[in-house]
Amino acid sequence: MAVLQMKRMELCAMRKDRKGILELLQRKGVVEITHEVEEDGVFRKKDTTSRKNIFDKNIVTAERALEVLDRYAPAEKSLFASLEGKTPVDEKLYHHIVTVQDAIMGAAKQVLQLSADVEDNKNQIVKMENQIEALAPWKDLDVPMSYQGTRTVSALIGTFSALMTKEQIEAMFREQLPEVESVFVTVVSASTNLTCVVVFCRNENRQAVEEVLRANGFAAPASHTRSVPARKIASVEKRIEKARNKIDQRIQQIQTFSGSRDEFQLISDYYRMRSEKYEVLGQLVQSKNTFVLTGYVPAVAAPALEKALHEQYEVALELTDVGPDEEAPVLLKNNKFSTNMEGIVESFGLPALHEIDPTAIMSCCYVFLFGLMLSDAAYGLIMAVATFVALKKFPNMGEGMKKMLHLFMYCGISTLFWGVMFGSYFGDAIDVIATTFFGVPESATPIIPAVWFVPLEEPMRMLIYCLAFGVVHLFLGLALKGYSLIKEKKYMDAVCDVGLWFVFLIGLLLMLVTSSLFASMAGTQVNLPGPVKTLGPVLAVIGAVGLLLMSGRRKKNWALRIALGAYDIYNVTGWLSDLLSYSRLLALGLATGVIASVVNQMGSMFGGGVGGAIAFILIFLVGHTLNIAINLLGAYVHTNRLQYVEFFGKFYEGGGKPFAPFKINTKYVTIKEEAKL
Amino acid sequence: MSGIVWALIGVAVAVGLAGSGSACGVGIAGQAASGVVTEDPSKFAKVLIMQLLPGTQGIYGLLVGFITLSKIGILGGAPADLDLATGLLIFAACLPIGIAGLISAIYQGKTSAAAIGIVAKKPEQFGKAMLFPAMVETYAILALLVSILAVSGIPV
Repeated sequence: MAVLQMKRMELCAMRKDRKGILELLQRKGVVEITHEVEEDGVFRKKDTTSRKNIFDKNIVTAERALEVLDRYAPAEKSLFASLEGKTPVDEKLYHHIVTVQDAIMGAAKQVLQLSADVEDNKNQIVKMENQIEALAPWKDLDVPMSYQGTRTVSALIGTFSALMTKEQIEAMFREQLPEVESVFVTVVSASTNLTCVVVFCRNENRQAVEEVLRANGFAAPASHTRSVPARKIASVEKRIEKARNKIDQRIQQIQTFSGSRDEFQLISDYYRMRSEKYEVLGQLVQSKNTFVLTGYVPAVAAPALEKALHEQYEVALELTDVGPDEEAPVLLKNNKFSTNMEGIVESFGLPALHEIDPTAIMSCCYVFLFGLMLSDAAYGLIMAVATFVALKKFPNMGEGMKKMLHLFMYCGISTLFWGVMFGSYFGDAIDVIATTFFGVPESATPIIPAVWFVPLEEPMRMLIYCLAFGVVHLFLGLALKGYSLIKEKKYMDAVCDVGLWFVFLIGLLLMLVTSSLFASMAGTQVNLPGPVKTLGPVLAVIGAVGLLLMSGRRKKNWALRIALGAYDIYNVTGWLSDLLSYSRLLALGLATGVIASVVNQMGSMFGGGVGGAIAFILIFLVGHTLNIAINLLGAYVHTNRLQYVEFFGKFYEGGGKPFAPFKINTKYVTIKEEAKL
Repeated sequence: MSGIVWALIGVAVAVGLAGSGSACGVGIAGQAASGVVTEDPSKFAKVLIMQLLPGTQGIYGLLVGFITLSKIGILGGAPADLDLATGLLIFAACLPIGIAGLISAIYQGKTSAAAIGIVAKKPEQFGKAMLFPAMVETYAILALLVSILAVSGIPV
């Protein structure tokens, strides 16, 4: 339970060793490199962008080759692929792959070439298909489209952009060109907006005929070919067929590379690593023979790193403690249980300078409250078993996913516990099944009684317990504030901002518990021994007066000081709303149970017997799956809220900078031997 | 009009209004979510969670409706013989979750849509983004609480 102590690292070594040292640091992955040393006359940065660009280009090539493979030779992916994580790769294999990197890149380029070929052919096919489409209306023309006529007869080939019949065109000529008699019209094809015609006339009439035609919207055909259209179409179709065959052939060739997928992935990761190394290298300040590197390293990992560096290289290494006001990166270290909740803290914000790591205490509260909200034994069992199986089945899954599943496993166990306490197994499924299908009389239910009590039957009682849990949770938060103030040796603040509030709030609570309002809520009058009873008002008054006088203690002006104190006391309304916020424990707990029983009731509507049983099972499966999903989401969101707003609000601000070490950042594989913290 | 009619109107108000609110809210958030998924399908799970947040009011309405139905005996097929006063009491008890559910779900939907914007631009801030819609829900929960306590407290 702590924020890991960081050390500042300053390293100076020979320039010739710089790549080796960076590789070592990258493999260890325990150093966050900060570039603090400025350039000057002796130390300069060296531009590595051109080298880095080559690696980046190779990454893109490998990635695109992988994309092509995914398109034409998709790997079988299971539904749970996202759980599988990165494949571990043996160091030996890794080194082997690295030695044949050029061959692999060659293969990747070949795949890209083949895929470019496929695309090219596809484009050509589209073009040729357009050509066929344009020629289609001319299919029945049995002379070439460039046909001009014979020695004495002219042929005019063209289109009207409207539907026209042979008679219409002939009528047109009779009307507009009565002096020419021998005009012969053939309609090749006609559709609503395109009529293809061939007009024959004597050579000497050609001009007159052409004029009439033009005046009526006759135009030369859009597509032109020197051969007979039908023959042309046939030859284009043959070429399309050829292109199709070529595409198939290329795709088959691509598919022969499907075995190289792993290699492509590995090589992509390899270049990714090198690219990152060169990025760091470009930031290093170097003199003629030496270079300097600064950074942070966790104190626990420092000795091993120091040893490894000294063993292999000539280095001057200096490790110093981080200064008291220095903003070092934050890395959390918790025990096996709490470490799973670090993600929750992280998404709120890591502890800032001087703040304590709240993970350990929060993790217990988290699991407790989550279970209380979901509170169904069967749902809890399903959660716990499902996550456990997933964790066992996919050992390589990512660190974040692993923690998340562990978190839900613990929450499932807690849910199971509370479900047993409140007697909820798929809601009231056991009772419903027993009465509907096995004829158990209603009077015999509940078959498995609640260990503690049933919240739906005694909502007031449940509400009081929820608020009581809330008080404990909030007080824990306040106590943690006191703890961190004492740790910073701000004793006055600890007494005034935490101690007085405790006195005030406990006084108010004692007054509340003995009041008639509480009696009517709980259904019984709480009788505390006399002295305790009188203690309530006394504590409340002491606390209130103390806060009134001390909250504004940093102000000299007494009027202002009292005003600030009064304002601070007004914050008690904030405490009230925080406390009422815990009623969501009851609301969400009831929601799970009630929806579950709605599902069960719907299922049992079809009565007993085989048909009823089938209907019941169907409704049961769908309904409860839905209920688990929606209430899991609700419990997750609202447990987070209780931690973030109510609990953290009392003592925690966050805003620390996460530790981002220079390490092997891969996408597909992990190389075994990566150092662990 | 006998009491049972008012009680059933109460159920209708609780389930109907809260459910309509959730439908609006989930709809509003869903539009924003669809936009994000068009750009980046890998954010589907995250924005789906955001979209579902305003859906809880409908469930709270159902919860109150169900408790009320079983209380007035309609669920068991034997409606209780309520006098007018009791019926009106049950009706009044159903109002909080109906009204607060309707309005809070719509606003939670709008907040969810905005939070989906956070997820789109800064997916690592998912935890914080989720908190804003959850703040709105508090008031639906308070209304639910009063409705449940009132319904279960009315003697039939």
